[in-house]
Amino acid sequence: MEGEEVMKSVNSPVRKKDAMQLLTGQPIYTDDIAPSNCLIVKLLRSPYANAVIEDINTDIALKVPGVEAIYTWKDVDQNSRRFTLAGQTYPEPSPYDRLILDRHMRFVGDVAAIVATKDEKSAAKALKLIKVKYNVLEPLLDFRNAKDNKILVHPEENWESLCPVGADNKRNLCAHEVNEMGDVDKVLSECDVVVERTYHTKANQQAMMETFRTFCTIDAYGRLNVVSSTQIVFHCRRIISNALGIPKSMIRVTKPRIGGGFGAKQSSVSEIYPAFVTWKTKKPSKIIFTREESMIASSPRHEMEIKVRLGAMNDGTIRAIDMYTLSNTGAYGEHGPTTVGLTGHKSIPLYAKAEAFRFAYDVVYTNVMSAGAYRGYGATQGLFAVESAVNELAHIINKDPIALREANMVKEGEIMPAYYNEPNTSCALDRCLKRVKEMIDWDEKYPCRRVSDTKVRAVGMAMAMQGSGISGLDVGSCSLKLNDDGFYTMRIAAADMGTGCDTILAQIAAEVLECDVDNITVLGADTDASPYDSGSYASSTTYVTGKATEKAALELREKICRLGAKILGCSEKDTEFDGKAVFTKSHDKKVSIGDIATASMAGNNIALEAAYTHTSPNSPPPFMVGAAEIEVDTETGEVKVIDYAAAVDCGTPVNPNLARVQAEGGILQGIGMTLTENITYDAKGRLAENSLMQYKIPARTDIGRIRVEFESSYEESGPFGAKSIGEVVINTPLGAISDAVYNATGLRFTELPITPEKIAMGLAKKSI
Amino acid sequence: MKISLILNNKKITEDIEPDMLLIDFVRSHDCFSVKRGCETSNCGLCTVFLDDKPVLSCSVLALRANGRKVTTLEGIGSEAEEFAAFIADQGAEQCGFCNPGFVMNTIALLSENPHPDDEEIKSYLAGNLCRCSGYEGQLRGIKEYLKWREKKS
Repeated sequence: MEGEEVMKSVNSPVRKKDAMQLLTGQPIYTDDIAPSNCLIVKLLRSPYANAVIEDINTDIALKVPGVEAIYTWKDVDQNSRRFTLAGQTYPEPSPYDRLILDRHMRFVGDVAAIVATKDEKSAAKALKLIKVKYNVLEPLLDFRNAKDNKILVHPEENWESLCPVGADNKRNLCAHEVNEMGDVDKVLSECDVVVERTYHTKANQQAMMETFRTFCTIDAYGRLNVVSSTQIVFHCRRIISNALGIPKSMIRVTKPRIGGGFGAKQSSVSEIYPAFVTWKTKKPSKIIFTREESMIASSPRHEMEIKVRLGAMNDGTIRAIDMYTLSNTGAYGEHGPTTVGLTGHKSIPLYAKAEAFRFAYDVVYTNVMSAGAYRGYGATQGLFAVESAVNELAHIINKDPIALREANMVKEGEIMPAYYNEPNTSCALDRCLKRVKEMIDWDEKYPCRRVSDTKVRAVGMAMAMQGSGISGLDVGSCSLKLNDDGFYTMRIAAADMGTGCDTILAQIAAEVLECDVDNITVLGADTDASPYDSGSYASSTTYVTGKATEKAALELREKICRLGAKILGCSEKDTEFDGKAVFTKSHDKKVSIGDIATASMAGNNIALEAAYTHTSPNSPPPFMVGAAEIEVDTETGEVKVIDYAAAVDCGTPVNPNLARVQAEGGILQGIGMTLTENITYDAKGRLAENSLMQYKIPARTDIGRIRVEFESSYEESGPFGAKSIGEVVINTPLGAISDAVYNATGLRFTELPITPEKIAMGLAKKSI
Repeated sequence: MKISLILNNKKITEDIEPDMLLIDFVRSHDCFSVKRGCETSNCGLCTVFLDDKPVLSCSVLALRANGRKVTTLEGIGSEAEEFAAFIADQGAEQCGFCNPGFVMNTIALLSENPHPDDEEIKSYLAGNLCRCSGYEGQLRGIKEYLKWREKKS
């Protein structure tokens, strides 16, 4: 790989800068650093899925000792401009459909009142003493019947859609679109085989270990200081400004260490409440979501039903893909119009050779909790559908699923029509496929083997892609400064949420500045101090902010040489910099970086600071292949993934250790989504899986091995050849495991999760 | 009601509410490593030692610690740091929020069973959930640590 042998910091498994602080339990998260005199903010949540508050009486609750304030819809102008909690670039595609306190309750868990008290106990007491009279309305719970239903989730006149996404609140529509290339119906009519299936995935929870949380204070300038566990400090500032109706100049948002995000914290789920309380009372306040609140009123994956028609010839040539996605955004539209696009745009391009495609979608409102952003962001759901259909096609035409992919998959240099006609600039998908086939010992194990009377082992596989940032939209920035002794400070607004971006961006800067990674300190995500960055989402940090970092470091190198030249009394063109000193080209004179730094602080007018902002017109996809070996207990229906083999093409892995752990963690989340993580609502719209007891994220005993290898392409437009890694890694288990289940049992499941009950019942039915 | 206990080798006598949980008690004494993750006693984040046995501090009343010894990650600095370095070398700490409970329970495992195999490690730590790492890196880190310990002794 070009340049690889000379790289010192990039592609090196250095420790994360904050690793030891995290591992030794230092107080570096939101709740650890919140002032001890914070008011406790708690929310009274609606027990009804659709209701209008007729009357709300706080008189008795206000008498509870310790209660500072209680706010209801009466404290908020119901005709004021609505807003969205979605962290997106302005103007947001997500509709403006929220008020901080709304008279209309739209899901079980919607906020009826905000309580601020001196301690937890008085909060609990006050919540119980608020008297609410609800006018209970019939809820709209079935997303299949939501479009044009007589029940309107957002009947209000001040509902607003800022972007042309096909939204219409009077039809319960959050978005609608049709994309196509070629004549899909004609090509499908010419195909030997058309696989037509409907797939269903649930509103899975990110279930990050740290729930949503925020604290607020008023600073020395009378401004609102917001410290929050967020991926999106700048968007958060705008959201708070919209919600409170105060100027952005009066708000500062910073993030400390974050206990996991996975997209959940790409919506400002918790921030607006303490912001409101502190702005009103001018006292510090904090909100810590309980786990239950994080389960019933958060920002999970969009539930989707995806109908696929896949047309192919008997020889295995895939000729057309027709996809229709119905997405359930729930009560509010956060990320509704955008997640749905990825279901087609990041699955169909894997088969870019096909002559025709059509991709249509509707996103609908219902009276369940609002969805949001979760790792994979729609691609996960779309790839489950497309890869499952391709696996089924392989069975129908009696072809090996890997051979079928070899013949049809997108190759480097090809144009991807369904991916906004972008060229596939870097792609090792072919090598990933070959490697995974070897890793799992496919030819030996496909499709299945019986290991005992009640145990069958089988394999299945799937491919995946994602993007690297949002093309032409995401903005990444980095600012670098030289300090005394020659160390650097880096300021960014990408949010390290455990992923390690503080470290990998420092690695990129260190590579350019030819210094040790430890020689760069990082200040992350402060709206007052950081250069503008869209935030950490859409798999953008490594590729977009990483490139900005590389460019900022190159600019700083030039400035160092400029001052070096002045000190050496030579022209700037006559200098070289090796990280330690600036030399004249003849090497007869040099000045050390430390001396340059010292000189910069006395009688100097050359700022040794560089800021660079980057955006990319393209979003080069990372690729991945995953294969699962499972063991099915045919008596109980239990499935255990005993081995998961994956090969990832994320371009150059900037930090192979962190990239590997990203992949391993993403794969296990995908396995959870496939097998155990369920979401069910009762007839009144109450969520059953409201704790980690019911919502079963995998424990370490639930999994055999997960093995990840890298097959790297080199992306010319990325920093040192890098693309993204964060999201693509969740996408393969769904298709791979469900096909393995078919190979083991003959049962084809199109709805996730595939629980033991479903398998046991299916097998029982089959044997009758 | 008054309780008296040893927290990280320091004697504390204090008046507490009878329903105070141990997790809230230790956090109120600046033991911020102890995290709340679930409220249903199944995530393992709040693991502390009560008389050297690991317990979930979210499920123990503070008054149950009366007259006993409570140890949090803050109280076992050097041993924890030695082990933690091996997790750091895998990049498996990730968001870090589950780390203190995981480190505490691993230390408990190794004091009960100094030479565990993979299955024993997984089974002992089954109650320590982690959403970031997929557990593989944590397992690699533990095994590297065991190798290093063996070599050292």
